[in-house]
Amino acid sequence: MLQPINVSLESLNLITLAPMLIVIAGALIILVLDLINDKLHKSLYVMLTLLVLFVDFGAVLGLNVNERGFFDVMLIDGISIVSQLLIIVGSMIFTPLALTSKRFHEYSYPEFFAMFLFMVAGFQFMVTSDNLILIFVGIETASLALYTLIALHNRANSYEAAVKYFTMGALAAAFYAMGSAAIYALTGSVELYKVAEILSLRLGETGIMITIFGASMLLLVAFAFKLSLFPFHTWAPDVYEGASAPLAGYMSIVPKIAAIVVAIRIFGMYIDLGVEWVRIILMVLAVLTMTLANIMALVQEDVKRMLAYSSISHAGFVMAALALSTTEGTTGIFLYYALFMFTNLGAFSMLWISRHKNRRFNQRYDHPYEKFSGFIHIMPVGAVIMALFMLSLAGVPPFSIFWGKIYIMQAAVNSGYVWLAIVMGLNSAIAAYYYLKLIVYMFLKDPVKDVDTVYYNLSKPLMAVIGLATVATIGAIFYVQPLVSYLYYMISASGY
Amino acid sequence: MDNILSILVFFPAIAGLLGFVVNKESARAYGITVAAIEFFLSLWLWFSFDASNAGMQFVEIIPLIPDFGVGYYLGVDGISLFIIILATLMTLIGMVSMNIAKNVKNMIITLLFLEMTMVGVFVSLDAIIFYVFWELSLVPMLYIIGAWGGPLRIYASIKFFLYTFTGSLIMLVGMLFVAYVYHNLTGVWSFAITDWYTLVLPVDYQLWLFAAFFVGFAIKVPMFPFHTWLPYAHGQAPTIGSVILAAVLLKMGTYGFVRFSLPMFPDASVMAITPIAVLAIIMIIYTAMVAYAQKDMKQVIAYSSVSHMGIIMLGIFAMNAEGISGSVFQMLSHGIVSGALFMLVGVIYDRRHTKLMSEFGGLASVMPKYAVIFGVMLMASVGLPLTIGFVGEFLVLLGFYQVSPIMTILAGTSIIIGAIYMLSLFKQSFFGPVTNEANKTLKDLDAKETMSLLPLVAIVIWLGIYPKPVLEPIDNSVKAMLSFMDEKAITVEAKDMIRTAKTKIIIEEVK
Repeated sequence: MLQPINVSLESLNLITLAPMLIVIAGALIILVLDLINDKLHKSLYVMLTLLVLFVDFGAVLGLNVNERGFFDVMLIDGISIVSQLLIIVGSMIFTPLALTSKRFHEYSYPEFFAMFLFMVAGFQFMVTSDNLILIFVGIETASLALYTLIALHNRANSYEAAVKYFTMGALAAAFYAMGSAAIYALTGSVELYKVAEILSLRLGETGIMITIFGASMLLLVAFAFKLSLFPFHTWAPDVYEGASAPLAGYMSIVPKIAAIVVAIRIFGMYIDLGVEWVRIILMVLAVLTMTLANIMALVQEDVKRMLAYSSISHAGFVMAALALSTTEGTTGIFLYYALFMFTNLGAFSMLWISRHKNRRFNQRYDHPYEKFSGFIHIMPVGAVIMALFMLSLAGVPPFSIFWGKIYIMQAAVNSGYVWLAIVMGLNSAIAAYYYLKLIVYMFLKDPVKDVDTVYYNLSKPLMAVIGLATVATIGAIFYVQPLVSYLYYMISASGY
Repeated sequence: MDNILSILVFFPAIAGLLGFVVNKESARAYGITVAAIEFFLSLWLWFSFDASNAGMQFVEIIPLIPDFGVGYYLGVDGISLFIIILATLMTLIGMVSMNIAKNVKNMIITLLFLEMTMVGVFVSLDAIIFYVFWELSLVPMLYIIGAWGGPLRIYASIKFFLYTFTGSLIMLVGMLFVAYVYHNLTGVWSFAITDWYTLVLPVDYQLWLFAAFFVGFAIKVPMFPFHTWLPYAHGQAPTIGSVILAAVLLKMGTYGFVRFSLPMFPDASVMAITPIAVLAIIMIIYTAMVAYAQKDMKQVIAYSSVSHMGIIMLGIFAMNAEGISGSVFQMLSHGIVSGALFMLVGVIYDRRHTKLMSEFGGLASVMPKYAVIFGVMLMASVGLPLTIGFVGEFLVLLGFYQVSPIMTILAGTSIIIGAIYMLSLFKQSFFGPVTNEANKTLKDLDAKETMSLLPLVAIVIWLGIYPKPVLEPIDNSVKAMLSFMDEKAITVEAKDMIRTAKTKIIIEEVK
């Protein structure tokens, strides 16, 4: 006779689910509001979304470190809290970008915001679990929502981007599923902490390395797609180009934070188990990613594509920090993304305000470099701010990303990888060229005369977002200390 | 005023920010006033400076990122004091003499920001803060060359930026490594240079680190194989850009050697004497010969400026008080003289819009005042006794003679070759009959130009005759640094090299 399963509510620890439930409830509220009255303005939805995210932020802050819940599939450790906070802040910066002065199709659907919130919930599930199945569910929830958001931009390119991203994403999901299956076959568990225990016992067995190799290669391919690592990066520029500028900026940060957290959990486990070649492969991938993406970025004619390649290159930096698998390296990852988030979203927002309905400069591109010729004469403050973002991306001190770079380089030096630090330094130097190219166009060239170059997509909310990004970029030196000590505390608390 | 250094650093920056509000027509007057106040502040620094104290003065420490060991740490000693004054002086004089019609306001604001970074580099005692100012100084200069330069300005400005940026990133890795070693030994993170001085590193570490810092500094100086960005930058930059570049920005490199490489890596520095001396001598002779081959006046000055930077490098690696003090003094003299020469070339370029020597001839009869000042500066550049150029060059050669007489003789040829190209420039442009019609109606120096050049002439002669007030504080700090290096050195060769230098000084003092 079957025993009834007794589950006490206490042991479920439902509070660990609260942040995602809040976001999902918020999304449902938006859908219901639309049912009641379908003439509501997008500004309402934007503000609602912000408020939901705000409550979500509070709920995450209130979580206790190192707790498990819901049949032990939820894992609230330091990196999950930190990454959720970053995901929510990134989403909060992104949301007001919907309030442009020109009307863009996708934002008039309330579904856009509902989907956006579902996506955030998906990312949060990804980072708060070490159960491979729940991670998979999170990945798919977030990705399917994201594909749709891209396609909503309602242009031929956007459809192309969405389909391309979908196909690649599906392939990556397949690899992920196969990799997880291999791990399950190997250890009989999908919980990473149990996997680690069993693997550490079986590591001495003959022939097990081949199986581990197979499993980790499959997973690595899946995450190389998600993190746009070389040679699985080719979708990224096209997708960024097709997506609207804010969404492209968002994609360069938030999904990657979620993916890298999972990567830290999986590959960090291998490295900690002493499987050294995983580290080597990751490092090689990281170096190739940053170098080749940099070289590709040099020859781009479109600023958005350039920024896409530059984001890939920055992802390479972060991967290098992951490969170190030290507390400092992992802190560096989050510090880097926290700083990169403001600057990169700021830069993409600058593209957004200069966006025209039609392509005026070039048949092929929305944001060719020529568009920014003489920007200093048209919009001096905008040009200076954009230049600050570019200098920050290039790693010129004292702007924000410099501190992230230096922290990761220091982490590399501390682990004895001086060559890696040098490679990073040289890559920053290569990258400086294409960032400078935009500065040269903006400051040192004359405006294109025969095209109307007024940038009127600007509105107060956009100005607020860009202003925030600028302050965060310039004033980094004053908040790096509390940020680093908080991150370091959280990450060392969770044992990474 | 204990925090005068912070004021010196941030006064121009705040003035630059406020400058956005100032009306376009008044921007110039605003800039000159601000630069003058800054200059007087730096003079005040000199007067309140205790010349008998060889250590750091006016120290300010505010921890910024304590977990990472980064702090806002400023201080000044005899070595940096006068370079700061040089920076403020040349900014002031550059602004007074500036002759730019387009976007004057932007230029003034850029110059004020540049002044902040220049002063910042020379007063920071925290490696990261130093690096921040070091890198930031590239941005205003990029804009100055790129916006007001000649036809190839964009190429030149990007080349300038990328060269220096690449070099300094390697240096950054070096800095991170030093911090790492420091952390390993003491358990504390620190980027304070004075903390780093206390590290005694093994020789192989020293060599690697010396190389990393060398790349950063050598590109800035610019040392011989890395010098190719400089002629482009000078060739395309507007007059004010060349003046600041030659007078102050290049000194950051040589200053870096004195502040970082020598005291931190004494053994590696001693081992590097010969290779660096060889590079420096190549730089001196080769660029001097290249200078002789130029047809463009500004290029002659540009190459001669590189050639003289070779002398400074040579002096730094003499590893004795004469050499290093002479080098620091030569940095000042080079700053004033080459700055003035670039301004003089700018004067004639403003009138004729050409810098080709073949276009001129007989200028002395049309522009006598101009010819006299040009002559004085030219003599100082060549190193004529009783001018500022002689003091530094003589001390450097004297210092390096103790290291290697042969190399010193080779380096001494710079004076001869320098005299050849400088005098031929002077002869072609200033003497003989006025052959070109356009030159007959040239106006002599106007009040503005005279006002900006005369103080420099005064300094050239004053410090040429009586360098003691400047040389003494420099010498104090240099001697302190040398005895410190001697204590710190671990190899016998390094100890010998530095100690023999010291005993010689003592003998001389006894005499």
